Amino acid sequence: MRYIKSFFILYSFVCVLGLAASAGDTTELNKTAVPADDGGLTLPGSFTSVKFATDLGRARHLAVAANGDVFVKLEKLKEGKGILRLRDTNGDGKADNITGFGKFAGTGIKIKNGYLYASDNSGVYRFKIDEKTGTVNEASVQRIVTGLWDRHQHEAKAFTLDNEGNLYVNIGAPSNCCQVQDRTKGSPGIDPCPILDSAGGIWQFKADKLNQSYAQGVRYATGLRNVVGLDWNTEVNDLYVTQHGRDMLFQFNPELYDQKAGAENPAEEMFRLKKGADCGWPYCYYDNDKKGKLLNPEYGGDRNKTGRCDMKTKSIVQFPGHLGPNDLLFYTGSSFPAKYKNGAFIAFHGSWNRSPEPQAGYFVVFVPFKDGMPTAKWEVFANGFAGANINRATYRPCGLAQGTDGSLYVCDDNNGTVWKISYSGK
Amino acid sequence: MKGIFIAIGFFFLLASSFRSKQQPALKASIERGLKVYTATCMACHQADGLGVQRMNPPLVKTKWVLGDKKALAKIVLNGLKGGEIVIDDDDFHNPMPPQKTQLTDQQIADALTYVRNSFGNRASAVTAADVKAARDAGPGAAAKVSTAPAVKKTAVPVKKAPAKH
Repeated sequence: MRYIKSFFILYSFVCVLGLAASAGDTTELNKTAVPADDGGLTLPGSFTSVKFATDLGRARHLAVAANGDVFVKLEKLKEGKGILRLRDTNGDGKADNITGFGKFAGTGIKIKNGYLYASDNSGVYRFKIDEKTGTVNEASVQRIVTGLWDRHQHEAKAFTLDNEGNLYVNIGAPSNCCQVQDRTKGSPGIDPCPILDSAGGIWQFKADKLNQSYAQGVRYATGLRNVVGLDWNTEVNDLYVTQHGRDMLFQFNPELYDQKAGAENPAEEMFRLKKGADCGWPYCYYDNDKKGKLLNPEYGGDRNKTGRCDMKTKSIVQFPGHLGPNDLLFYTGSSFPAKYKNGAFIAFHGSWNRSPEPQAGYFVVFVPFKDGMPTAKWEVFANGFAGANINRATYRPCGLAQGTDGSLYVCDDNNGTVWKISYSGK
Repeated sequence: MKGIFIAIGFFFLLASSFRSKQQPALKASIERGLKVYTATCMACHQADGLGVQRMNPPLVKTKWVLGDKKALAKIVLNGLKGGEIVIDDDDFHNPMPPQKTQLTDQQIADALTYVRNSFGNRASAVTAADVKAARDAGPGAAAKVSTAPAVKKTAVPVKKAPAKH
């Protein structure tokens, strides 16, 4: 006991010394506008993270206003509010003023041309926002898109906007692989899959027209099982999306896929979409081992046949199976090193369908791009979200946004933490 | 102090050997059930039975699992659409695939006995006769189960008015 006490005295002494030393070093203080690296993340050298806010609830996607305020869309209401505004009033790099509005739960949120857009599971709303002050006019709320399928599975209406007044909304397929009996071993795929008329794709709407639904929208791209990450790349003016691939290849077809192959397949895919693209779901999947698009077993696939899949839109990046790419952001800032410029950050929510293999994901990935195409293999950018037990992750990365200072915000929807990742090198 | 721990340890050793000797049928059913669970249930409900947030419900300390055996067997036999199970104000999106053509009464009984006696759960065994009774009752009653009121994780079923919108 006496040893413990003397250890504490010694420890306190060292702390005081440390404080005194850093307080005396004014150049060091002036240089670090961001607080100490307390985010607990593993990052490349000279990147630091801080927990900008914690315990927000199910924080799905993020948006940053011109004044630096961070807006968070919640999947479940917190004290009756579905959108939170996080503000750092004293400039210490942490949110100290949190307010809420919007009485609907959902996933998507973006700011564009003086409006804050946010989605629930059947459509999109917007509010007027003064970006200079971060003030949102709650009474200005308008329903932009309504009546989209909300049938439990893949119901999140993630969206993005282009610079020409269009809104792109994911309508996820309420199905794994369009089987007659969903998620049932041996049940065949319906051909053609009727879900594709109303879901399993990206629909385009006008950003400023009220109460649009299927009749007013355009099916911009089809054959996408579920997309939660999408971003408009302003460098090349194209829509990019990350798809969640199908589940249960091993469980339903152990004669074609062993346990490991079922965990690694199908690929989670990133697509560059032109209008009219067909990415292949539910007929096709990308096999990471065979390096190509193959027929799904529900549609006669034997892990070799490509069939109609040769005609489908090819993905531009493939990731291991089931990692759950839940947000995509093209980095346009200047505070990160040059290699990050115009490259893609992807937040991976982490897997569940790799069981009984260990789960994976729960990280933020970077893919370098040039002229709208990837130039190298993906790399893990931010890690350490899962904690000690990969099968019961502490944090699940879900949303990304770029700060006005070029920093990167990441949120998780398990604990409601928002990290701010900054570059402190030169 | 040490003696107490040894005594407690000895007691548990005795109790567990007593239990296994008394209930070899239960032990065998749980062992068979683990195999069924691993092949059919684990992909969604996970090795620890805790499921996946908002997708696949947990099987731990919930009335859906620890309550009425026939209702539980009906869920496994006839499946669910997704969204019907609500635990602590959270619903779960993925559908439960029906197992009536996939598994025998004995396999379902074993899997349920395993689930009811794993992950910290402790409840009576489910027999093939229980499952057969649920199967014979047909899928009609499953709809009744699927619209059952929300259940709190640790408490008895709570009546909740069904949503009107």
